[in-house]
Amino acid sequence: MLTINNIEVVYDKVILVLKGVSIDVREGTITTLLGANGAGKTTTLKAISGVLRSERGEVTKGAIQLGDRRIDGMAAHDVTRLGLVQVFEGRRVFEQLTCEENLVAGGHVQRDGALVKQGIELVYSYFPRLKERRHQQSGYLSGGEQQMLAIGRALMSNPKVVLLDEPSLGLAPMLVEEIFGIVQRLVKREKLSVLLVEQNATLALEIAEHGYVMENGRIVLEGTAAQLRENSDIKEFYLGLNEGGARKSYRDTKHYKRRKRWLS
Amino acid sequence: MSGEDFDFLLALLLNGASIGMMYALIALGFVLVYKATDAINFAQGEFVMMAGLIAAAILGIEGAPLIAAIVAAVAIMIGFGFALERVVLRPLLGRPVVAVIMATIGLAAVLRGLTPVVFGGETRALPLPIGDEPITLGPMSLAPIQVLGMVVTLAFFLGFNWFFKKSRMGVAMRAVADNQQVAQAMGINVQRYFALAWAMAGIVSAAGGIVWGSMLGVDVHLALVGLKVFPVVILGGLDSIGGALVGGLIIGIVESLVAGYVDPYVGGGTKDFVPYVLMILVLMVKPYGIFGKRRIERV
Ligand SMILES: Nc1ncnc2c1ncn2[C@@H]1O[C@H](COP(=O)(O)OP(=O)(O)O)[C@@H](O)[C@H]1O
Ligand SMILES: [Mg+2]
Repeated sequence: MLTINNIEVVYDKVILVLKGVSIDVREGTITTLLGANGAGKTTTLKAISGVLRSERGEVTKGAIQLGDRRIDGMAAHDVTRLGLVQVFEGRRVFEQLTCEENLVAGGHVQRDGALVKQGIELVYSYFPRLKERRHQQSGYLSGGEQQMLAIGRALMSNPKVVLLDEPSLGLAPMLVEEIFGIVQRLVKREKLSVLLVEQNATLALEIAEHGYVMENGRIVLEGTAAQLRENSDIKEFYLGLNEGGARKSYRDTKHYKRRKRWLS
Repeated sequence: MSGEDFDFLLALLLNGASIGMMYALIALGFVLVYKATDAINFAQGEFVMMAGLIAAAILGIEGAPLIAAIVAAVAIMIGFGFALERVVLRPLLGRPVVAVIMATIGLAAVLRGLTPVVFGGETRALPLPIGDEPITLGPMSLAPIQVLGMVVTLAFFLGFNWFFKKSRMGVAMRAVADNQQVAQAMGINVQRYFALAWAMAGIVSAAGGIVWGSMLGVDVHLALVGLKVFPVVILGGLDSIGGALVGGLIIGIVESLVAGYVDPYVGGGTKDFVPYVLMILVLMVKPYGIFGKRRIERV
């Protein structure tokens, strides 16, 4: 469905951030992209959705395909029209707009106003809490409600592929589980394909089928979610467990990093 | 307060409110552009002048009907707005704010400089078929052009209020104003909305040019009404449509009151600087204006 083939991304013409990244998102599945802060996960998503250019970033090598269309180099609004939409890290709702106006804006690519109304009802059916808040200014919603709104707003464009950037960030565990559950249902019922960026590897590997681990602008590990859950490096660092399954302290990170170089 | 004093006060208030609403009409053009594109347009007064000149020039042609002058002024100003965005502002995208400010200051100078070349130096009349018999209501009376100015202003504000609240395009434009990058990702062609904002400023300027031009006569000095834009929008909030209306009313009324009560003692002229005193005071206590948007701080 979505294929990223060996892309390189450069900011400001000189800062090389992605150094040959390949990712495959299969239709109707959740694929997760894991990695520490600064690894290049968000940059990867922005390269796919096309908003990179508004930050003076550029895909300088490789190709990105959505179905059989090549989308690297396309304007962001055209990519959305083709059925791929990004949900940003930190939610980024249109704060000055009400909840429902955010949804209307999200449905901008729909030609028919009736489809926008239908879309809004569909979003409310998945996120009933948004319906209660429909006329509230979205800047004043709670973090969890804003995350729901960001996802709902993205659904309004009737996408085939959704890029989710750290939806669990800063939310209480209960809420994260609720939202992940809804994402799973969306994938099943609305036939979505999802690329899920997470730092919370435990949760992400629970709902994903396939996963990638990124470090320093490169993919250093790839496998099915089951394989990654069993991988000792992942266990140690991302899941915070040692071989015996006990929690590890953060001090061992250095040791991990040294070993990591051998891997990559 | 004697009855006569009270009537005098009422007259000042009404006159101030009407002039203030006409200021608001011009400020509206500025606010539309700033809200959607973050550009500060120092040429708003020159837009108004240009529209007034076009309308007056067409009315000057033998037998040309008023409607032709209005349609031409609106159409040319829309075209001008689109062209300006495409040719001058788009290449400046992503540059420091100062670049855009300099560009609009330059544009203002060019428009003023070209005026005598294209339209000649004389002051033209822009007569509207509304007569000049004051319209009276009890003790108050207003020139017909001021009544028309109020009506036109109200129509524009109601129209834009509908547009931004109820139409999908208007909501999309507010989304662009809120966050350009996210708007793009929602499939909104941000560039196109920038152009639309400039074109809308063109339409508003055409209305402003015709109303103000009819009241003052049209020459290069018509651009001076643009000077009132800044106190009005600083008061109301640079990006607030409703704020422009309230800011306009306040400036207009304050001006009228000082002209009525203070000028007779100091020999005149206070109304030209008092709006700026008010502007500076407001900047000190409410830097975003009365209705300006604040970033929402989350705890
Ligand atoms: N707009 C930008 N200009 C320059 N460098 C950037 C920009 N955005 C991100 N970077 C750099 O790219 C690297 C990867 O960032 P990012 O993709 O945000 O990582 P992640 O999402 O994995 O935390 C970081 O070193 C960051 O400093
Ligand atoms: Mg990130």
